[in-house]
Amino acid sequence: MNGVHDLGGLQCFGKIDNKGVDLKFVDDWERRLFASTLCSFGALGPIDAFRHAIEKMDPVHYLSSTYYEHWLEAVEARIKELKFTQSKIGVPLTPTDIESIVATGALYARESISGNEPIEVGREVRALPYSPEGHTRLPNYIKGKKGTIIELRGTFVFPDTLAHGLGECEQPLYSVRFSSKELWAGRDPTNDVVHIDLWHNYLELCDV
Amino acid sequence: MSDHHEAPSNPYLKKRRDSKETEKLTKRVQKIEQLLIDKGVVTKEALDRIIEIYETDIGPLNGAKVVAKAWADKDFKQRLMTDATKAIAELGFSGLQGEHMVVVENTSSVHNIVVCTLCSCYPWPVLGLPPKWYKEAPYRSRVVIEPREVLKEFGTNIPSTTEVRVWDSSAEIRYMVLPQQPSYAKKMNEEELAKIVTRDSMIGVETL
Repeated sequence: MNGVHDLGGLQCFGKIDNKGVDLKFVDDWERRLFASTLCSFGALGPIDAFRHAIEKMDPVHYLSSTYYEHWLEAVEARIKELKFTQSKIGVPLTPTDIESIVATGALYARESISGNEPIEVGREVRALPYSPEGHTRLPNYIKGKKGTIIELRGTFVFPDTLAHGLGECEQPLYSVRFSSKELWAGRDPTNDVVHIDLWHNYLELCDV
Repeated sequence: MSDHHEAPSNPYLKKRRDSKETEKLTKRVQKIEQLLIDKGVVTKEALDRIIEIYETDIGPLNGAKVVAKAWADKDFKQRLMTDATKAIAELGFSGLQGEHMVVVENTSSVHNIVVCTLCSCYPWPVLGLPPKWYKEAPYRSRVVIEPREVLKEFGTNIPSTTEVRVWDSSAEIRYMVLPQQPSYAKKMNEEELAKIVTRDSMIGVETL
């Protein structure tokens, strides 16, 4: 969805506040919430469903609240969406389980599928002006812009369907290079670039 | 330069919370934690273990060790640039939010910076949890459109002949910058090298 979480290229937020002591957690509730959130992914669904719950926050609240307030809103929203209070009682994760989850993580790469041939490195592509109502990882500032495939990252699960329980729809994921001149219509005289990871479904070939 | 650079940082973010607000947030988090425990998702001890891991065990010192090894050991550097996830795992660092690692190398012709414009994706196994500014709107919005202005705010000036390359972490690939080894450090051993590597140099907002 086109929401205020999609911040790339906005110019209204002032200077970066990198002065002062950087605490991992300001208040104790942030520490507790961090732990609860990490443990809830098994029960409350994939990380992209969690990200989408943040994207659906009230925009004014999103911009005026902190990172962990976003997490809190999202976990509460997922509990409601899944009617989790009515779910069955499971087998709880122990400290040993946690250590193994932290060390292993979740794998998002899949075997490549035949018939789903990737675009070759070096080809010019255009990011589609794609605006689904649901979750997507295609930022606005890239839409409609021309770039070059610089690397195939592999075959990866597709967040746009995964977030909504519509399957993994695994497909090629590419690192795509966009020049600053193309993205910002030459406002910048440099040769700077943005490299971004984009799924096959977000792209069309533009040199045919 | 336009006025927005003079604006206070993050004008929309509510900076302080009074104790009543903190109390409300604390209660909401307690409710989630209790629900996860009651539903058999996780034990209290497992939650405490997560906090301990991310507050004390995992941090930018891990990344610094990877960088130092890459500077000191050419074969390791080769493996790191070919398959970063695997090479980093040789040092015992792996897992959550670093399942698919890519290391990007700073040279005299390219300076790399990492961001996540859509949320705040960050390579946890090597850098720990992200600093506050990395998660906030000014950095996330501006670094793709005016990376050199952002770098100046960190006291970093990149020559105009060097390409600034911004990596927007839109997928599950996590990026770490391999900074250039400073000339004064050419004769240091691996242990000494690890001490001069900063978190910000591995995000790319600083040079050493």
